[in-house]
Amino acid sequence: MQEADLSRELSERVAEAARRGTPLRLVGGGTKAWYGRPVAAEPLALAGHRGVVDYQPSELVVRLRGGTRLVELEALLAAEGQWLACDPPRFGAETTVAGALAAGLAGPGRPYLGGLRDAVLGVTLINGRGEVVRLGGAVMKNVAGFDGFRPMVGALGSLGVILEVCLKVAPRPASRRALALALPREALAERAEAWWRAGLPLAGAAHDGERLRLCLAGSESAVDEAVATLGGDEEDPAYWSALRDQRLPFFRDPGAPLWRLLLPPGACPALPGEGLVEWGGRQWWWRGEAPAEAVFAEAARLGGQASRWRGGDPRAPVFAPLAPPLLALQRRLKAAFDPEGLFNPGIHYPEL
Amino acid sequence: MTATPQAEARMTAQFLQALAACLPAEGLVLDEAGRRAYECDALTLFRRLPGVVAIPEEIAQVQAILRLCDDYGVPVVARGAGTGLSGGALPHAEGVLLNLSRLDATLEIDPDRRLARVGAGVRNLAISQAAAPHGLYFAPDPSSQVASTLGGNIAENAGGVHCLKYGLTVNNVVAATLITIDGERLTLGSPLGEAPGLDLLALIHGSEGLLGVVVEAWVELLPLPRDKRVLLAGFAEVTDCAEAVAAIIAAGVVPAGLELMDRAAVVAVEAMVQQGWPCDLGALLICELDGSAAEVTAQSERVTALLKTHGADHLESATDPAEQARIWSVRKAAFPAIARLAPDTLVMDGSVPRRRLAAVLTRIIALAEAYGLRVFNTFHAGDGNIHPVILFDSRLEGELERAESLGQAILRLCVEEGGSITGEHGVGAEKVDAMCDQFSAAELRQFEAIKAAFDPRGLLNPGKLIPTLNRCAELGHLHVKDGRFPHPELPRF
Ligand SMILES: Cc1cc2nc3c(=O)[nH]c(=O)nc-3n(C[C@H](O)[C@H](O)[C@H](O)COP(=O)(O)OP(=O)(O)OC[C@H]3O[C@@H](n4cnc5c(N)ncnc54)[C@H](O)[C@@H]3O)c2cc1C
Repeated sequence: MQEADLSRELSERVAEAARRGTPLRLVGGGTKAWYGRPVAAEPLALAGHRGVVDYQPSELVVRLRGGTRLVELEALLAAEGQWLACDPPRFGAETTVAGALAAGLAGPGRPYLGGLRDAVLGVTLINGRGEVVRLGGAVMKNVAGFDGFRPMVGALGSLGVILEVCLKVAPRPASRRALALALPREALAERAEAWWRAGLPLAGAAHDGERLRLCLAGSESAVDEAVATLGGDEEDPAYWSALRDQRLPFFRDPGAPLWRLLLPPGACPALPGEGLVEWGGRQWWWRGEAPAEAVFAEAARLGGQASRWRGGDPRAPVFAPLAPPLLALQRRLKAAFDPEGLFNPGIHYPEL
Repeated sequence: MTATPQAEARMTAQFLQALAACLPAEGLVLDEAGRRAYECDALTLFRRLPGVVAIPEEIAQVQAILRLCDDYGVPVVARGAGTGLSGGALPHAEGVLLNLSRLDATLEIDPDRRLARVGAGVRNLAISQAAAPHGLYFAPDPSSQVASTLGGNIAENAGGVHCLKYGLTVNNVVAATLITIDGERLTLGSPLGEAPGLDLLALIHGSEGLLGVVVEAWVELLPLPRDKRVLLAGFAEVTDCAEAVAAIIAAGVVPAGLELMDRAAVVAVEAMVQQGWPCDLGALLICELDGSAAEVTAQSERVTALLKTHGADHLESATDPAEQARIWSVRKAAFPAIARLAPDTLVMDGSVPRRRLAAVLTRIIALAEAYGLRVFNTFHAGDGNIHPVILFDSRLEGELERAESLGQAILRLCVEEGGSITGEHGVGAEKVDAMCDQFSAAELRQFEAIKAAFDPRGLLNPGKLIPTLNRCAELGHLHVKDGRFPHPELPRF
């Protein structure tokens, strides 16, 4: 694995940018450059700051530099029979750990295996004053000071440069098998929930409009037993990595914008276009031509929320609007980390 | 800590009158006897009479009170059940003690979505009790769960015996309603599990009432485990027992709970609730496994083998609930049993990497000898969260100070071993100084900036959690000038 510690250079770059008041666009692997609102600022390349700082398999903890490639981390963990249970997507081999953390996305097992927010134990950050601050730590339980590291998950780099990340890892399931069942989409939410409550080792439950698809991961005996109980057709578990990384034909289709909707399980959006639903009915991918306001309104009607994932008018909003006092507080929190507004300005909202 | 005269002037008659108008008649406590009930939390060493106590019953009342305090510049200390162990709810002499325990009317279970909407004053256990008819429960289970409130659990990011497998409070709460100091009502997070923008919900967990007042939350519920087994293992040496803990984690088994008691604690418990253990037992380990019947059996075989390799010479395995309850009663009896042995006890709380547990316990024993005090250990070993209990007699000249400096030394040890000065009890008033050992000036300034983003005038729980940089400099000074350090004769580790 390639190693390089660029923390000195990066802190100097940030301090310099702070002096000059030049905003920065943080660039990791560049595999999610289209996510969020466009940022017009000087790029700061972070992928070179990489390598594992400390990995203690017996402790189930790994500490690594932000630029480490997710695929490299996966290989390192796999060699010890471990993995990152939240299994974040990699939209290319260049996807970095810090980029994954900043995007806050999780793989198909999210409802059953947790998200990055549950796995992160600490983050070392360059804040907007050019200071290196270590928030959280490397231990399982730590309530000293504010948990300033958790908001890094999903902040899209707007709070600072993630230099180092400390993550909780998990034993890798010994067996992983995939099934396709001839059941309608309406059955997904209820069935998946019932199977999970009955103790089936679910690691994914989706419906592509044709068939209900399940990923099972756990001990060999538990997975075999589940496969025997459920019936259906066994398929290549590679389906699930392809879904995670959006390599399925559904995602390749150019044209209409792609939306990500989080909905109460069982809800189905009444919008033009077509959808693929996963997370046991909680996360929808929806491709269709509808004005942003209509999509936000439909998600809200169903008690959910929408974000524009890819495509569409780059000037249109990406995330559903926030209540003004909440937006104001988020701005003040951003300023607490980044008083000059250096990092990825406007990536969530124009005002943030 | 004495209040500035300026602060004193803020709680004027006019303010008190306006405060009374925000509350139901019995909601305002002015008389000294009434206020006395709030002078401390479960850390009884720290006491202070609150200026006034307010007991709202509705969210709108909390909003009005905070708005008023903001207008008059009066400090506010939130309080749930007051079971905190670090003085987090220690009142402000010239401020409002905001008792939130009456915000307990809301407790709605959505069994299909496995969610509950819960008022901040609802007791932790009440959530699981309400969920039980649906085969569900709320996973975070601090030992104080009969009494402690959800608001207090969020403010301390409470853990419990089962957080090793099921996470802390922060991992089980999906949304919260926060009232900011200017009385604004905000929804943080979402029952969908994610919300747009910055994750403020995560940030208010463990924020000890410094960022806002939590009045309500949505929590996730889990299906009750289908099968459960409790193992009990006795070891001749505590270090072997600690090594067994590291080995179980390393083997990839995630027990639902993994608790350790050292020899002193075992002897104390045995004296109270005779179990008939061999009295030369050096340490006890309790391991709870849950899941499907097949999983539990497989894990239990794995763990039993590991325990034996690490020298366990006494093994029990409980499959029926009554037997399991008997084993757990031993752990639950530990603190009371220890407390019987001395006029005073100080319960410490630190966190270390699990592979360092054996070394840490050895160092604590050496420290205790050096300070001439007895220390008992009974703690959440599986996540490296230690709870050394220091025994002392405050009637003896200097013993309290000695116990406190031993406590500080143990916390420094945790930091040196790569851990934290608090795993679950919080910083509160007690560990403000120890924060200087764990964080740099830039990090403390970062905490101050976060605080100021929510509460620019510092009215919410002032003086807790974050030390001033001056205070740290002063303590650093103390370090250098050995002559002024209490008990310079004692070795420092
Ligand atoms: C016997 C015993 C066993 C314990 N076991 C455990 C354990 O296993 N695990 C564990 O983590 N802790 C444990 N504790 C500590 C304590 O019970 C927890 O910290 C608990 O979460 C405190 O809840 P509370 O309602 O009593 O809060 P309080 O003690 O009243 O308050 C704690 C802090 O939270 C703030 N606060 C309270 N309510 C709110 C609110 N609604 N909004 C904003 N801030 C608020 C207060 O200002 C204070 O800083 C134990 C305590 C005792 C006495």
